[in-house]
Amino acid sequence: MPRSAYQRLLGFVGKLAVVLILGFLVLPAAVVTIAAFNDKAILSFPPQAWSMRWFAKALAYRDFRDGFHNGLIVTAWSSTVALMVGAMFAFALNRYRFRFKRIIEGVLLSPLIIPHFTVGLGFLILAAQIGWTRGFAVVIACHIILVLPFVLRSVYVSLRNLDQGYERAAASLGASPLRVMVTITLPLLLPGLVSGWLFAAMLSFNEFTASLFVTAQRTQTLPVAMYNYVREFADPSMAALSVMYIAGTAALIIVANAYLGLGKVLNIEQGR
Amino acid sequence: MNKVADRDAERPAADNDVAVRFDAVSKRFGETTALDAVTIAIRQGEFMTLLGPSGCGKTTLLNLAAGFLSPDGGEILIAGERMNDVPTYRREIGMMFQNYALFPHMNVAGNVAYGLKVRGVAKQERDRRVEAVLALVRLAGFQDRTPRQLSGGQQQRVALARALVINPTVLLLDEPFSALDKNLRASMQVELREIQRKLNVTTIFVTHDQSEALSLSDRLAVMSEGRIRQLGTPQEIYRRPCDRFVASFIGDANVLRGRLEGVEGDSAVVAVGVARVKVPRRPLAEAAISAPVDLFVRPEHLAMSEATEACATSGTIAAHVYQGGYVDTYIECGDSSRDRLLVRSGGHETMTRWPTGSRVGISIASGEAVAFV
Repeated sequence: MPRSAYQRLLGFVGKLAVVLILGFLVLPAAVVTIAAFNDKAILSFPPQAWSMRWFAKALAYRDFRDGFHNGLIVTAWSSTVALMVGAMFAFALNRYRFRFKRIIEGVLLSPLIIPHFTVGLGFLILAAQIGWTRGFAVVIACHIILVLPFVLRSVYVSLRNLDQGYERAAASLGASPLRVMVTITLPLLLPGLVSGWLFAAMLSFNEFTASLFVTAQRTQTLPVAMYNYVREFADPSMAALSVMYIAGTAALIIVANAYLGLGKVLNIEQGR
Repeated sequence: MNKVADRDAERPAADNDVAVRFDAVSKRFGETTALDAVTIAIRQGEFMTLLGPSGCGKTTLLNLAAGFLSPDGGEILIAGERMNDVPTYRREIGMMFQNYALFPHMNVAGNVAYGLKVRGVAKQERDRRVEAVLALVRLAGFQDRTPRQLSGGQQQRVALARALVINPTVLLLDEPFSALDKNLRASMQVELREIQRKLNVTTIFVTHDQSEALSLSDRLAVMSEGRIRQLGTPQEIYRRPCDRFVASFIGDANVLRGRLEGVEGDSAVVAVGVARVKVPRRPLAEAAISAPVDLFVRPEHLAMSEATEACATSGTIAAHVYQGGYVDTYIECGDSSRDRLLVRSGGHETMTRWPTGSRVGISIASGEAVAFV
């Protein structure tokens, strides 16, 4: 049956709407990317002349280099510790029944609803109160709390999707609980653990609000260094850095996807 | 079937012959009683089926044998040893799960060798035994496949091989055929039974499928509401059900209204119309003479004839259902039965001889019915 003009129009409008929405989503990234190649020392759009020099400047800038380095330290520690703590709590919540289970779960997930600046301010006051120098420990502790709910969630979902039949089968074949954990449970949970860690790492590396409170000049992470830079300068090296940021994250996800599958990385797949 | 099997079932099991014993085992889940003081002795090499509707406690009993649950009362013995506090991994059991639970991150060889590896069997010996057991389940050469690459039937064979390779004291089967289609199921059943006989491994099989239970078991326990209603050979259970539940759960049964007319030794006589039917006396022990009783008759023990005064009852043919090898005929017969009667007869002549709507007399084979108060 031939489609009427009205149906064709409707179809066209629908497609146009999809294109506009998708365009809107990538608009900020696109604008920043284009601005990064501007030859002029101002953040203007669209650029009149093109250059790569801001990339070179961003890479060479001392505060950015230190921030990147600090960020890696904070991210590695906080997401790894959060993964271990989160996985243990996820196990307990999934496998055992105990008193105050709901309350414990609520507390563990509470950083989701507490604003980051509150957590950061809290740690700032606390650190000052007990005379804790503002070193990496404070920043890492703060980040652990912020990313814990996400890790917990990720591992918990993987555990729920894990058929306990596998563990029972292994036990029936003579494997001790520890052996079952090492040879069956952990390998089957690996995608969930990796995705939880990855998610935590990205959140921690990008975290700004709480980091602004708890970092010092010596420990400032990349987002904080970028903020301090914008307060003084307005050249496209910020945009260049953003482009590298996006490229790095994308590369990470592509690698993870190749090994684990995107559904598993984002933990949206039900079962296996 | 044969007399030997019947005699075996009656002989009380000697202690050294018992592989698995449940002694007054109880299990509660919160308010509900899943098992109520269940006692069974399963003999060495026996294929014992636990049969019952869902929620009857059969799976709970199996999980207690496996050690996934612990009993609230009573004792579980495997090979004469008390198992109540022994964890699953020290029980020397082989178990096959409903969905097979093959480890998805290991290939066939890895799955089958798992139990051997845990027991510290050396690599060479392991490979040899894996090869042998895969040949036994007719999957020789499948070592390198992953579970995903196998069909349902093949996955089941791997699961069986994995459970058998450790030479378990007892093999536990949790509805292993429920995921297979009908044809495959029948051939897998035959194969499982052959392997079980060959290895003489004591087996506890859980199912809700009564035809599966009748065709596979040495003995079966019919369960409901956490108790064993009847324990016996398939023939005993089918021919001499001990109560209404067993009679209607196993096979098809017609219920006719009758009257207890007299008792004589081990048997009793029930009057249905002008007909007299001999039934076992035991279920009627408490019935008074001339008390109303319900007569349970299998469809193949009813026969159709011309409607005469001599028949037990008569009725009108409501429908014939052609089943290939036999014909199921449904008969409407007013007063002597609450429901339609089902008569099963071999051959298709029945349909031409007694067309739908015609009146027929029904007679009952003597000695094949049971009656309950």
